[in-house]
Amino acid sequence: MATKIDTCGLSCPQPVLMFMNEVKKDADGEFDVLVDTDASKENVTRAARNHGFKVEPVDEGNDVVRLEIRRN
Amino acid sequence: MKFRFNFFATPGGVIIVGLLFGALAVWLQHSGNPGNMGICVVCFNRDIAGAIGLQNAPIVQYLRPEIMGMVLGAFMAALIFGEYKPRGGSAPFTRFVLGFIASVGALVFLGCPWRTILRLAGGDAHALFGLAGLIVGVGVGVIFFRNGFSLGRSQHLNRFSGLLMPALMLGLVCLYLIDPPIPGQPKNGVLFYSLKGPGSMHAPFILSLAAGLIVGFFAQRSRFCTMGALRDVMLFRQFHLAMGFAAMLVAALVLNIFFGSFHWGFENQPVAQPNDLWNFLGMVTCGLAFALAGGCPGRQLFLSGEGDNDAAVFIMGLIVGAAMCHNFGLASSTAGIGIHGALATIAGFVVCLFIGFFNCKRA
Repeated sequence: MATKIDTCGLSCPQPVLMFMNEVKKDADGEFDVLVDTDASKENVTRAARNHGFKVEPVDEGNDVVRLEIRRN
Repeated sequence: MKFRFNFFATPGGVIIVGLLFGALAVWLQHSGNPGNMGICVVCFNRDIAGAIGLQNAPIVQYLRPEIMGMVLGAFMAALIFGEYKPRGGSAPFTRFVLGFIASVGALVFLGCPWRTILRLAGGDAHALFGLAGLIVGVGVGVIFFRNGFSLGRSQHLNRFSGLLMPALMLGLVCLYLIDPPIPGQPKNGVLFYSLKGPGSMHAPFILSLAAGLIVGFFAQRSRFCTMGALRDVMLFRQFHLAMGFAAMLVAALVLNIFFGSFHWGFENQPVAQPNDLWNFLGMVTCGLAFALAGGCPGRQLFLSGEGDNDAAVFIMGLIVGAAMCHNFGLASSTAGIGIHGALATIAGFVVCLFIGFFNCKRA
């Protein structure tokens, strides 16, 4: 079961910070991060890839994207 | 949300954008803007405050088209790439106060983070103290973020709300065209124009506006942020934005050396004040205010162009703060800091600490 992280409405650097805090708790976990701006999507994706995750974006509608973040 | 590749969000993209901004800034300086002030977001908003009569310092009054261009360029990029998203409601008055305080700190140092880069690139050694202060201020902000600092979530707004800031900037462009500067006259219609000092030094209107549009467009695509550059290194060991910051510095430095406008040292630097303790402390306050607000003044302009009303409120705080800096004797001059500059810097820092502390979830 992936850990869900809702970053909608939050500005830099909070989306990345929330994701990184969850990674610290479970480095091999699965994470679903909800983002609602392209900047947040790029920032979280970049941080995840830098930490060895693969990222799959899924359109949730209403300008929200779910980033499915899994270990490579 | 569209899933399209954004080249400017890659390392190569942000480096190209940084190089472009550094080059444009030096070009603006050679075209008439003040020394080491090709683009300074706080200084230019201060000049705008003077142009519309919010402050009466006769040497810093000019309706800087770069600022209008930066918002409108970001607005165009956001529209073209589907990123125009009106939003707001995340602690607006707190953001206004942070904008106000950021102006105070920046005008004690005489420059925002953008001008810190340009002053370093021009050889102004005082800027080393400003940069050190900026790093410390952003570092204090990072401590707050590590302890759960947040100004809360913004809400989606209707499509009209996001148009207000770009419309305001378009209105200012129109105002400039209706009441353009007339040589030798300190006022035309409703606008004030400096006849001497930094406010009287400016590139031609169309060049300034075009440069602003280019900066706004590419900054929106690349998320260029001079505060975020330092913050992300300290918070995540993430060097993405820092590469843009470094590229802007390198481009401006190389071009200054090439054009003979690089003069290393503490003496005879343009629009600089000599008291380095307050250059440092001014930028500590300024850096902390930008960190808590989530972006440098440029980034706030670009976000406001995307429809972010909270960023627009921050900019309004910045403009009012800049005006009060001159009305209340807080701003520095080349002779030194203003008579109340030290007190305002410390008070601003303390207010930022309170804002930081009381918005930490773990506080």
